[in-house]
Amino acid sequence: MKALTIKNAMTFAMTAVLAISSIALPLTASAEEKVIDNAPQVSTLRGTAPLNAEVTPPIIEMVENNDLKRQRDYPQQPPTIPHDISKYQLDKNFNKCMDCHSRKFADEAQAPAVSVTHYMNRDGDFLGEVSPRRYFCTQCHVHQLEGKPLVENEFVDMEKLIRQSHKQAK
Amino acid sequence: MKLTRRDVIKAQAAATAATVAGISLPASASNIITSSKANKLTWSKAPCRFCGTGCGISVATKDGKVVATHGDEKAPVNKGLSCVKGYFLSKIMYGKDRITTPMLRKKDGVFNKEGDFTPVSWDEAFDIMEEKFKKVLKEKGPDGISMFGSGQWTVHEGYAAVKLMKAGFLSNNIDPNARHCMASAVGGFMRTFGIDEPMGCYDDMEAADAFVLWGSNMAEMHPILWTRIADRRLSNPHVKVAVLSTFEHRSFDLADIPAVFTPQTDMVLLNAIANYIIESGSVNHDFINKHVNFREGVTDIGYGLRPTHELQKKAKNPNSGASTPIDLEAFAKFVKPYTFEYAEEMSGVPAANIEKIAKLYADPKIKVMSLWTMGVNQHTRGVWTNNLLYNIHLLTGKIAEPGNSPFSLTGQPSACGTAREVGTFSHRLPADMVVKNPKHRALSEKLWKIPAGILNGKPGSHAVQQIRDLKDSKINVCWNQVNNNVQAGANINEEILPGYRNPDNFIITSDAYPTVTAEASDLILPSAMWVEKEGAFGNAERRTQVWYQLVNAPGDARSDLWQLVEFSKRFKTDEVWPAEILAANPEYKGKTLYEVLYKNGQVDNFPLSQISPDYENQESKDFGFYLQKGLFEEYASFGRGHGHDLADYDRYHKERGLRWPVVNGVETKWRFKEGSDPYVAKGTGWQFYGKKDNRAIIFALPYEPPAESPDEEFNMWLSTGRVLEHWHSGSMTQRVPELYKAFPNAVCFMHPEDAKKRGMRRGDEVKVISRRGEIRTRIETRGRNKPPVGLVFVPWFDASQLINKVTLDATDPLSKQTDYKKCAVKIEKV
Repeated sequence: MKALTIKNAMTFAMTAVLAISSIALPLTASAEEKVIDNAPQVSTLRGTAPLNAEVTPPIIEMVENNDLKRQRDYPQQPPTIPHDISKYQLDKNFNKCMDCHSRKFADEAQAPAVSVTHYMNRDGDFLGEVSPRRYFCTQCHVHQLEGKPLVENEFVDMEKLIRQSHKQAK
Repeated sequence: MKLTRRDVIKAQAAATAATVAGISLPASASNIITSSKANKLTWSKAPCRFCGTGCGISVATKDGKVVATHGDEKAPVNKGLSCVKGYFLSKIMYGKDRITTPMLRKKDGVFNKEGDFTPVSWDEAFDIMEEKFKKVLKEKGPDGISMFGSGQWTVHEGYAAVKLMKAGFLSNNIDPNARHCMASAVGGFMRTFGIDEPMGCYDDMEAADAFVLWGSNMAEMHPILWTRIADRRLSNPHVKVAVLSTFEHRSFDLADIPAVFTPQTDMVLLNAIANYIIESGSVNHDFINKHVNFREGVTDIGYGLRPTHELQKKAKNPNSGASTPIDLEAFAKFVKPYTFEYAEEMSGVPAANIEKIAKLYADPKIKVMSLWTMGVNQHTRGVWTNNLLYNIHLLTGKIAEPGNSPFSLTGQPSACGTAREVGTFSHRLPADMVVKNPKHRALSEKLWKIPAGILNGKPGSHAVQQIRDLKDSKINVCWNQVNNNVQAGANINEEILPGYRNPDNFIITSDAYPTVTAEASDLILPSAMWVEKEGAFGNAERRTQVWYQLVNAPGDARSDLWQLVEFSKRFKTDEVWPAEILAANPEYKGKTLYEVLYKNGQVDNFPLSQISPDYENQESKDFGFYLQKGLFEEYASFGRGHGHDLADYDRYHKERGLRWPVVNGVETKWRFKEGSDPYVAKGTGWQFYGKKDNRAIIFALPYEPPAESPDEEFNMWLSTGRVLEHWHSGSMTQRVPELYKAFPNAVCFMHPEDAKKRGMRRGDEVKVISRRGEIRTRIETRGRNKPPVGLVFVPWFDASQLINKVTLDATDPLSKQTDYKKCAVKIEKV
């Protein structure tokens, strides 16, 4: 750290694309001295920590565990898991998820049975049981922690575009 | 019967259903639009943007937006599957903080290294770049500039970049981030076979009887290939899976033979297996007599550190890849000390388990596939370890036929296609050629239609060297594209930040999002990404895949390809080429680099009319010719007839990729093997034609210790890596809410006993400290990774926890690839 020259700059909470930050004190610089802003101007995922310092990380959030189904972004999206699976056994000997999500137990557990695509092998033929290629559920289905995303996502749901297009056609 | 949580939910659901029943809605309130016109989506194909697997993705667009993505049923790689990242590709382009305009650090209206990022026009951005490039070229020549690119560049972009740097500026200071990723694999291939990339293909996964993972966690890093292995293993009970790693992870869930080894001792295990193959009489003599040479490599080769580093000064043969011929007998003697007992003592893996793994290789009836990626490549003896892996397949002749396959997996979507095949490494030219070789330079000059003798024969600065050169003010301009080196490069505090923020230097970063690398730069250029441009990737099984531009990039964002080609208009040959060359070739005088590199009568051969009328192509329309096709066809001329044959460009738009060499329109699944590789002569069985005598090489190479090991003060191993939900530095996936919420922050995975010893509990804030730097994170003693006592694992996707401040910039001395998998740290409670 000894060679660092930290620039004084006002901290800006960054959510937008353009960073119009502050006036800084000019410092005479040489090859030995490098200039690092004391808060990021544009790097949204960095918070307010300068590039050369580390700050207290957020706490480890709890898993959302309310069993409420979430809306999918599009029909093909694998649903996220609305409950805690941290204690589940999911290995070559046993698949705990299928205790509730298999066709045979979905009624009793009132859990969504795995979709018909899960019975298809590589050649597109339907097997009598879930295809082994789909055995490890967590490759597509993930739990969600309680924290809020750092950056908003402006993905547009096709339903909105379909309604727009329908309205225009009228 | 015990009432479970599920029983309660079931009762509630039944009650709700009863309430809903009986309510009917009037027809006018119809909640589904069924009009076929409004309902229609346009589906197109594209390879996935993320890892080297190269899954085919079906992409739905509507009204200029990507609205859905899923695994392409027609794609042979993934047959309809996609991992969680792939499913969420739809959302990677729509983070609210997309960069939509160039931004320059300015004060009082002009560029200032200490200034504030201010939106500028493309013209102003190129003006300052031109000024900086010209100043440095004048003062220092081609060695003063550099470009750091990517295995995530499209083939076209990498090719355009190599031309601009090597043929335009005559500088070999261009390297891809694949240096951090696949350089050791390349070194291994070139040393053993004399030609790059796997001989086998993914079809091996449906043919093998045994799979051995060497330091790879495919369950998270190559999930779709893991589905193919899981399918094979679970469908066929005779199949065995062995998983070797320095810590337990999700791939162990499928393991029949789990093995956790001490870092670096994979070399001991591999030599012990070679020894077992010999001592048990399992050598395939017929195969090695016809197809293999033996050599002994030079040892004590250092650690790729600065020459002033103590470890580097101590090395007897720093950076030497030299070797001398030996025979099987001498090789047998060399590996003799590597007994199972010794291997157990060194690695911690019980001898009985090592024997089980050795037998998978030794038994001629078992078809065995070895798989590896960063565990072997990010290794200070990465090239050697690649060599040692090929040794055990060559000793047994288990190679280049269905199911017998040493398979080097790839990290990035086009590390093979762009970084390796195009030759964006500092020492390379297209199609496995190298700048050092005068014949290779001459051929390149001819194919590029540039004056003879103009190319620079001195290999340029590789990734780690570029960073050191920036810090030392030897390189003063650096242009980054499609990488995030301030997060991804090792030893950030001591090497990278000082280099980027060195007042002598001007750093340009092209990216779609404001990464920490963009933050540390002086000029940020807004890039189009993925299906916002036409492109091509090449995956780990030599499959070249092409896609169309499906939507427009936001604002003023432009593809990296457009940026490179447009910038070339700013330079005249008279400014960058030696006067004597121009005097001897006056027809090049007064021309722009754009004219001699791109509008050269080859790249501009294909008119706009050849572009599909159904798709946009921003760059081509801007330059007035089908740029991507022209670049691809010129590039393909390097490899056709030389074992790297590519099909005609247009065909790739129709196919779900083709595996090169594509000869007479047919792809090649297994190279070097008679019957499946058209380059192998009849009656030979195998021909390793990368070597002049058609023989691959088995190398005698010993175990050598890592650059840094735990001691009394820094008493833990640190390994870094990825997690399933995030791609590399997280610049795309951290902006997808579902992926962010699945794994929002890095944590320090630690054995509960190690935590207890230090009075720590899950969730506690800690510092992970090395001799170079520290981060603050939280302890995780549960979850998917279970390190043994004495090792911690910290993923590197989190921009708010830059773990590469802690890692060591030691490299493999031959491949120059950094070892991110082992250094010594201590963990302290905050």
